Amino acid sequence: MSGADLVFILLAIVCGASAVAVVTSRNLFYAALFLATSLASIAGVFLVLQADFLALVQLVVYVGAIAVLLTFGLMLTRAPIGREALDSQNRTLGLIVAGGLFAVLAVLIVQAFKDAASAAATGPGPADLGMVLFSTWVFPFELVSMLLLGALVGAIVLSRRESGESGEGLETSVPLMAEAPESDSEESDAGEAEREEVRA
Amino acid sequence: MSILGPLLLGTFLFCVGIYGVIARRNAVLVLMSVELMLNAVNVNLVAFQDILFPQDAALSGQVFALFIITVAAAEVGVGLAIVLNMFRNRASVNVDDADLMRW
Repeated sequence: MSGADLVFILLAIVCGASAVAVVTSRNLFYAALFLATSLASIAGVFLVLQADFLALVQLVVYVGAIAVLLTFGLMLTRAPIGREALDSQNRTLGLIVAGGLFAVLAVLIVQAFKDAASAAATGPGPADLGMVLFSTWVFPFELVSMLLLGALVGAIVLSRRESGESGEGLETSVPLMAEAPESDSEESDAGEAEREEVRA
Repeated sequence: MSILGPLLLGTFLFCVGIYGVIARRNAVLVLMSVELMLNAVNVNLVAFQDILFPQDAALSGQVFALFIITVAAAEVGVGLAIVLNMFRNRASVNVDDADLMRW
């Protein structure tokens, strides 16, 4: 057993344990923190597998952005604490499905790959990855960046507060261009002031 | 290093994610479980690329893992926007309560 194997086993234990904690923790905030731990240890697994660039991307995007975004989501939705409030009735069904699938897949994988060549992981450097990404994969790359742009614009449109909603039911017919909500929130007042400044 | 370890880790993470999606009621927790499943696939892709096919010149595994990370970011953005809208409309983020279209 080489050093890489040992490090991988440690990382896998941390990753699996915190993943289990994500789906069983009673406290939602702890669940988010365990998710960040799990994702960070997956970045470590990428390092062991010699995928340096992916490890850094994993840290920046997942631990830095997505975990924080999910934490924001938890706080904005004022999530309840307590197991009965968090888990639905079909916990046993979930256990059966997940356990059965794991057993089947594990047996299949061990049978299929037990005599595969166990070579040392040799990953390409970030320079190779960049060259390939902008030559062979340039069209999917542009496509996925357009997808990301569309999704983020869609997220802004979805979460924007419509005029009159969640206020005191202001049903005034606001013209489309000046649709800053005249409801109670301060941010809309700030937006109004900003718009006035722009106009002036 | 054997490929069995990363593949079994990926399988385990995927099944934990499935359990979370089925057993949790809070929509944000369901999103977290979906993230776990996407990460499991990433581990698989990188392991295949770097252990089984290290001579692949197009680096398909790592590039696909990059794309999956991007799609996961987009998914979390849209998903959280939908969850926030749901909370705003019915003051609850339980997926059990969103049964308007249930047969």
